[in-house]
Amino acid sequence: MEKRVTFKGWLLPMLLLLPQVIITAVFFFYPAGQAVWQSLFIPDPFGLKSQFVGLGNFEFLLNDPFYRASFLTTAIFSTLVTLVSMGVALFLAVLADRLIKGSGAYRTLLIWPYAVAPAVAGVLWLFMFNTRVGVVSWYLGLLGYDWNHVLNGNEAMGLVVVASAWGRISYNFLFFLAGLQAIPRSVIEAAAIDGARFWTRFRTIVFPLLSPTTFFLLVVNIVYAFFETFGVIHTITSGGPQQSTTILVYKVFSDGFVGQDLGSSAAQSVILLFVVGLLTVVQFKYIERRVHY
Amino acid sequence: MKLKTLLGTVASSLALATGAYAQTEIQWWHAFTGRLGDLLAEQVEQFNASQSDYRVVASHKGNYSETLNAGIAAFRAGEQPHILQVFEVGTATMMAAGGAIKPVYEVMGEAGATWDPDGYIGPVKGYYTTTEGDMLSLPYNSSTPVLYVNRDLFTQAGLDPDMDLSTWQNVGEALDGLKAGGVNCPLTTAWQSWVHLENFSAYHDIPFATKDNGFGGLDTELAFNGPVQVQHIQAMGDWAQDGKFFYAGRRNEGGANFRGGECALFTESSAGYAGVKAQAEFDFEIRPLPYWEGVDGAPQNTIIGGASLWVMQGHEAEEYAAVAAFLNFLSSSDIQAAWHQNTGYLPITMAAADQTKAEGFYDANPGTEIAGMQMMGKAPTGNSKGLRLGSFDQIRGIIDEELEAVWSGSKSAEEALGSAVERGNALLRRFEQANG
Repeated sequence: MEKRVTFKGWLLPMLLLLPQVIITAVFFFYPAGQAVWQSLFIPDPFGLKSQFVGLGNFEFLLNDPFYRASFLTTAIFSTLVTLVSMGVALFLAVLADRLIKGSGAYRTLLIWPYAVAPAVAGVLWLFMFNTRVGVVSWYLGLLGYDWNHVLNGNEAMGLVVVASAWGRISYNFLFFLAGLQAIPRSVIEAAAIDGARFWTRFRTIVFPLLSPTTFFLLVVNIVYAFFETFGVIHTITSGGPQQSTTILVYKVFSDGFVGQDLGSSAAQSVILLFVVGLLTVVQFKYIERRVHY
Repeated sequence: MKLKTLLGTVASSLALATGAYAQTEIQWWHAFTGRLGDLLAEQVEQFNASQSDYRVVASHKGNYSETLNAGIAAFRAGEQPHILQVFEVGTATMMAAGGAIKPVYEVMGEAGATWDPDGYIGPVKGYYTTTEGDMLSLPYNSSTPVLYVNRDLFTQAGLDPDMDLSTWQNVGEALDGLKAGGVNCPLTTAWQSWVHLENFSAYHDIPFATKDNGFGGLDTELAFNGPVQVQHIQAMGDWAQDGKFFYAGRRNEGGANFRGGECALFTESSAGYAGVKAQAEFDFEIRPLPYWEGVDGAPQNTIIGGASLWVMQGHEAEEYAAVAAFLNFLSSSDIQAAWHQNTGYLPITMAAADQTKAEGFYDANPGTEIAGMQMMGKAPTGNSKGLRLGSFDQIRGIIDEELEAVWSGSKSAEEALGSAVERGNALLRRFEQANG
C-alpha cells in the first residue's frame, strides 16, 4: 500500500503553489501571450500604428524558402552540438572516472571553459580560425587546405558547432562524472569477475545505469543549442554565408532587431515555441521510456 | 554631530540642485567609440563650456544598429533622448515615423535660430531632405568610398605606381600585373554593397531602385540587377575566382589586410583615412573610385554613407531651444572643418570646405580632397541623390549573402543579383504595409 500525505483543506496547498504560479504567469504566460498577440499584427517600429493581418505574418514566413531552410539548419546544428558536446564529455568523464592520481586538477581544468560566455567563446574561436591571421587556418594553409568559413557554408557550420559545443563540454562532463561515480562499484566488479571486458561492461551496465543523466543532458543540451548559442553565431558568422548558419532563434533576432519587423519576429517566436514544445513532448514520451531510474 | 552632517549634506545637495536647475539638459545618444568617440566628446565639452544655459549629455549606445534600436525601445517606453544619431541606412525608417521625430527645420524654425539649410553641400543635404526641400535630420558624419593604393606593392610587382587607375578596365590590367608580380591580395574591399552596388549605381547614373531610389515613394522596387551592375559584379566574381580579389568580410574587415601591407588596392570609405594614415608602414595614396569606361554618364557622383542627427518628439519647448543651439553649434564651420580634417569624413558645409582649403590642409595631406570632389563634381541626378529604402539594413544583409555566393563561385552575378532584388522587394512590400 502506498502511503499518501494529503492536505486537509485546499487553502494551504493553493497558497504554497501560488509563488510558482505567479512566477510562471508573469515571466512565461504574459510574454508568450504578448508574442502570440503581436504575431497577428504588422506594427511600425516605433509602435505608433499597427495593422491587423490575421495569420498574414505566418503566411509570409512559410512562403519564404530561407525560413523553411532555417528549420533544417537548426536541426543539423542542434544535433551536431548535442552529439559533439555530450560525446566528448562522456569520453572525458569515463577517463576521469578511472583516474586515481591528479583527478582533482584534471576535473578543475575541464570545468573552466564553462565560465566563458558564449559571445566571448565565439570571438576566441573566430580569432583562431580567422581566414587571414588565424593560427589554425594558417597551419591548415601549410597543409594545403584553404580555410575560408566566410564563404564556405560547411566550414562555417563546423566552426559554430565546435565553438558552441566547447563550453558545453564542461557542463556535461560534470554531470556524467557524477553519474558515473554514483554507479555502485560492486556491480561493475561482479561483471568483471564474470569475465566482462571494459567495453562490454560499459555497454551493458554503465551506459544503461547512466541513462537518467544522459536523458537529462539531452533535453538540456537541445534547449541550449536552440536558444543560447545565439551569441556564438552572432559573433562568428552573423548567420552567413548565404544563411547557412541562420538557426531559427538567430532569425528571430535579425528580423526583429536588425529589420525592425516585429510582426514577423513575434510570429517566429510563436513557431519556435511550438517546435520546442513538441520536441520536449517527444523526448519525454518516447525517449524517457528507455531510461532506467 | 550626525545631525550637523546630515544638514550639511541636505544644504549642499539643494545648492547643487538649484544650480543644475538653471541649465536645460539634453540627451544625445550616439554610436561612436575610440578616436571618433573622443572627438565627439570634445565637441560636447566645447559646447557646454561655450555657454551656460544648456548642457548636452552624450551617451554611447553601441554600434549603429544598436543605437537605433535603443532609440526605438526608449521611444516606446517614453524615455527617448532629444537627439539620436542614426546611420544613413535607417533614414527611411526614421522618415516614415512621423509621430516619433521632430524635423530639424521645425526645431530650428521654432527656436528662431539663424540657420541656413542651403549652406550644406548638396549631395549631403539631399540625402536627409524631403522632396519638398525640408531638412528632416541634421547631417553629422558623412563619407564616400574612394580607392586606396599601396604604392610599394605596385613597385614590388614591377608596375608603375603612378599608372592610371581611374577606370575598372585599367584596374583589371593592374590586377593582372599585381598577381603576376607575386602580390597575394591585389584587391580587397570594405562595405561591398555600399561601394560596389549602391555607390556604383549612382556613379554610373543607373537606378539602384525605382522611383528615384525610393525618394519618390514607399512603392519603390529594387533595380540593381541591370546589365551594368551585373557586368561589374561578374567581373569582381571572376577576379575572386582568379585570386585577384580577396573577400575579407561584410564590414571593413579588409582594412586590416590593407593597413598590414598585404593588399595593393582597397575600396573603402574616405573616413578610413585616419586609420590608414596612422597604421600604414608603406607609401599609400588615395585615388577616386574607378568607373567602367563606356557607360554613358559615368562618372556621375558618388553618394554618402555615415549618419545624421534626428530630433525626437515628446520634449519641452525650452529643451528644443537647447537642441537648436547645439545643432547650430555643430554646423559652424570651425567645428565642421576640424571634424573633416581629423576624421576623413566629408566637410558637410561649403564654409567648412572653403576653410579647410584656405588653411592649406589639402596641400599638406594630398588625397583628402578627392572624396569631396568626387561627390560634388556633377549635380546629382535622380539616380545619384541617395537611397531611401525601408528595411535597408536587412536588405544589405541579403545583398551581402548573394554577393558572397558570387565570390565563392556558386552563383553567377545575374542569378545572385536577381535573387537579391526579389528577396529585397519582399521586405520593401512589408515595410510599405507597416508604414503606408
